[in-house]
Amino acid sequence: MSEKKLMKGNEAIAEAAIRGGCRFFAGYPITPQNEIPEYMSWRLFEVGGQFVQSESEVAAINMVYGAAGAGARAMTSSSSPGISLKQEGISYIAGAELPCVIINMVRGGPGLGGIQPAQSDYFQATKGGGHGDYHMLVYGPSSVQECVDILYNAFDKADEYRIPVMILGDGMLGQIMEAVTLPEMKDVSKLPEKKWAATGKNTGENRRIINSLYIEPDELESLNRKLFDRYALIAERETKYEEYLCDDAEIVLTAYGTVARIAKSAVNILRENGIKAGLLRPITLYPFPSKAFLEVANRPSVRRFVCSELSMGQMIEDVKLAVEGKKPVDFYGRTGGNVMTPEDIVEFVRTEVLK
Amino acid sequence: MAKVFEKTKMLTDAPFHYCPGCTHGIAHRLVAEVLEEIGAEGHCIGIASVGCSVFAYNYFNCDMLQASHGRAPAVATGAKRADPSNIVFAYQGDGDLASIGMAEIVHAATRGEKITVIFINNAIYGMTGGQMAPTTLEGQKATTCIYGRNPEINGNPVKMCELLATLTGPSFIARESLADVKYIVAAKKAIKKAFEHQMKGDGFTMVELLSSCPTNWHMTPEQALEYVRGDMEKLYPLGVFKEV
Amino acid sequence: MEKIVIAGFGGQGVLSLGQFIAYAALYEDKAVTWLPSYGPEMRGGTANCSVVVDDEEVASPIIAVPDTLIAMNTPSLLKFEDKVKSGGLIIVNSSLVDEKVKRTDVTAIYVPANELAHEAGNVRTANIVVLGAYMKYSKLFPREVMLNTIEKVFHAKPKVIPANQKAFDIGYNL
Repeated sequence: MSEKKLMKGNEAIAEAAIRGGCRFFAGYPITPQNEIPEYMSWRLFEVGGQFVQSESEVAAINMVYGAAGAGARAMTSSSSPGISLKQEGISYIAGAELPCVIINMVRGGPGLGGIQPAQSDYFQATKGGGHGDYHMLVYGPSSVQECVDILYNAFDKADEYRIPVMILGDGMLGQIMEAVTLPEMKDVSKLPEKKWAATGKNTGENRRIINSLYIEPDELESLNRKLFDRYALIAERETKYEEYLCDDAEIVLTAYGTVARIAKSAVNILRENGIKAGLLRPITLYPFPSKAFLEVANRPSVRRFVCSELSMGQMIEDVKLAVEGKKPVDFYGRTGGNVMTPEDIVEFVRTEVLK
Repeated sequence: MAKVFEKTKMLTDAPFHYCPGCTHGIAHRLVAEVLEEIGAEGHCIGIASVGCSVFAYNYFNCDMLQASHGRAPAVATGAKRADPSNIVFAYQGDGDLASIGMAEIVHAATRGEKITVIFINNAIYGMTGGQMAPTTLEGQKATTCIYGRNPEINGNPVKMCELLATLTGPSFIARESLADVKYIVAAKKAIKKAFEHQMKGDGFTMVELLSSCPTNWHMTPEQALEYVRGDMEKLYPLGVFKEV
Repeated sequence: MEKIVIAGFGGQGVLSLGQFIAYAALYEDKAVTWLPSYGPEMRGGTANCSVVVDDEEVASPIIAVPDTLIAMNTPSLLKFEDKVKSGGLIIVNSSLVDEKVKRTDVTAIYVPANELAHEAGNVRTANIVVLGAYMKYSKLFPREVMLNTIEKVFHAKPKVIPANQKAFDIGYNL
C-alpha cells in the first residue's frame, strides 16, 4: 500500500482521476473548484494527456464530447453556474452514449448565487439536468478518500455503461484537507477497446458516427428504452450507501456528502444523550438506494427519518418516495452557503422531532 | 475655503473591494466621471459582468444589471433596445470579454449595438486566483500555465481592439493604459469619446484599458505598473483603432 | 478529539498554522480534517480554518464549539471568543490584539507573536511561535514531532527550516 498523504479534496480528485485513466481535461475557471484545472494543467502533460483551458464552460463540455467520442477518458469540472451552462452538452453526451466524468463542486444559487458550499443542484444532477429523457450515474462522496476511491473507478463505470458520471461535491469537499491513500496508476494502454469510438481509423461501412440525432420517432424511442434498461441495470449493480448505527435506531438521520459527516457527529451526540439515532447515507444519488430506505423504514424500531441538506429540500423527495409513507420524514436544511453544525441538527431533533 | 476636488456623484459611497494596487478603482472613477460630465445621470444603465468587477453594481451610481459570465454585451443589447434613450455601458474583464464572451462581444460589435464597453485587460483571471487569461502574454506565468504561457500548448494571446476594428459595426475602438498619470488622462478622453459616439448613435464603442493585477502577477503595485508600461504595451499598442 | 479554530488576517499564516497541525496528525497516524474559509478577496480579508484531530475518524469537519481558539487579530477574538467550550483555551496574538479575553471559564494565553518572531529573525514566523505556545500548553503533539513536521513540510525549502524551528521553540519555551 502506498503512503498516506495530506491532500485537498480538489487536488485528490484530480490525481485520482489521472490514476484512473483520465487523459483529457477541459475546464473554465470558477470558484470553488479551481484547484482541479490548475492541477490538471501541469499533471496531465506528465502522463501524456491533454489539458485545455476552454473559452467557456459551453466549450469545455463540447471538448469533452469530442475527446470522449474519439475514445479518450475525458473529464471536466465546474461549479453550479458553470454546470448549468454545460447542460446542453451533457444532454448530447447522454444521447450519444458517451462516457465521461463531470465534477460539480456545488455552490449556492440560484443565479450567480454565492461561492460557499451548497447541495442545491441535487435535482439537476439526479433527474437529468439538460433536456430529454436521460440520467447520469451520480455519486455524493463525503470524504477526500471516498472522492479518490470513486474517481479512480469512475472512468471504468462510465466506459462500462457508456454513461456520463457526475461527482456531486460541494465547496467544503473541494477545500478540505485530509489524509488519503492513493491507488496505483492504471495502465491506459490495457483498457478494453472502445468498438464504438470515432477514432478516425475506420472507413466505409465500418465508419463510426457519434450522434444524438434520431429523426425517426421509433428510433428515438428505442434509444430511450435502451438507455433506461441500462439505468435499471446500473441500479441493480451500482447502488451504494452506508448505514451507521441504524440497527436499533429510532431516529434515522439521512444526508449525503459533507453534510452526512455533520449528521454522523449529530448521531454521536444524540447517542451520548441517550437518544437512539442512526445515519443512512446514500453514496450513489442516482441510482438512489431506495430499497435500503424502504427496508430501514419497515423496521419497527424506526420512528422517523430526518433528512438534512444544504438546500431547501431536494433529496427529501427521493427519501419520501423510497419509504412509501411507512414513516414520517422531517427536513432540516440550511441554504445560501450557510452550513449547519452537528449541534444544529441535534437541536432540531430535540425540539422539532421529539416534541 | 473653496472645494477643489470632489468625488463624482456617479460613484456610490461603497468602499471598493479591490486588492491594494489594483487599477479597477481608477477605471471605475474615470467611467463615473465621464458619465457625470456627459450628463448621463438619470438615463444610464450599467452592466456588471463576472470576474473581479462582479460587484461593479455596488459602485456605479446608476441602474445596473448583473450579467452572467461573458454575456454582458447581450444583456446590454437588450437593455439599450428596450429604451434607446438610455446610455448603456458594459464593464468587462479579459476572461469575461475575450474568452467566454467572445461570441457576444463580436456579435454586439458587428451588429453595431449603440453601447459602450469598458474592457479591463489585466492579462489574468483575478477573481478565481490567477489562471491564464485569453490575453495572458507569451511567457507570462499563471496558475494554469505555471512555466509561462507557451503558444504550442496554451495558444496565443488575443488582441481585441485589432480584431473588432476589422468589423463594420463599431464606431469607436481604442486602447489606453492606466499605468501612468498621463495615460490615465488619455484614457479618460477616450472613454468620453466612446460615450459621445454612443450618444450620437454612431454604433458600437469599446475602450480597452491595460490594467495591472499585482496580487496574481505576484508583483508590487509599482512593478506591476512597470510591466504594463513595458511588456504589455509592447504586445498591446495604445491608440485609436477605428473611429467613424 | 481536539477541535481548533485559527483565525486572523489573510497573510498572517493562519491557514498554514492549521496545516502544520494537520501534517503532525498525519505523521502521528491520527485522523484529521483541515477546512479553510474561502472568499473573493485575495488579500487583506479575514481568513480562518478549522482543524479537527481524532484517533480514528473525523466525522464533522465543521466546528460549532472549539476546544481551542487561536486569535491572530482583534476581529477574530471578537468573533469566536463566545463560541469556545467552557474550560477551553484561547491563545491571543497580543502583538496585534490589545483586548483581553472577557470569559472567565477558559484559559487565556497571550503571546506577543510578532515581536517574538522578529527577535527570532523573521517576522513571518509569528504563526509558528504561536504553534509552539499552543503545543506546549495543549500537549497535542510532542515538541520532537512538531520539529520533525516543520522539517518535512519545508523539505523543498531547507533554508527556512532552522528559522521556523527556532520560532517554534521560542513559543514552546515561553
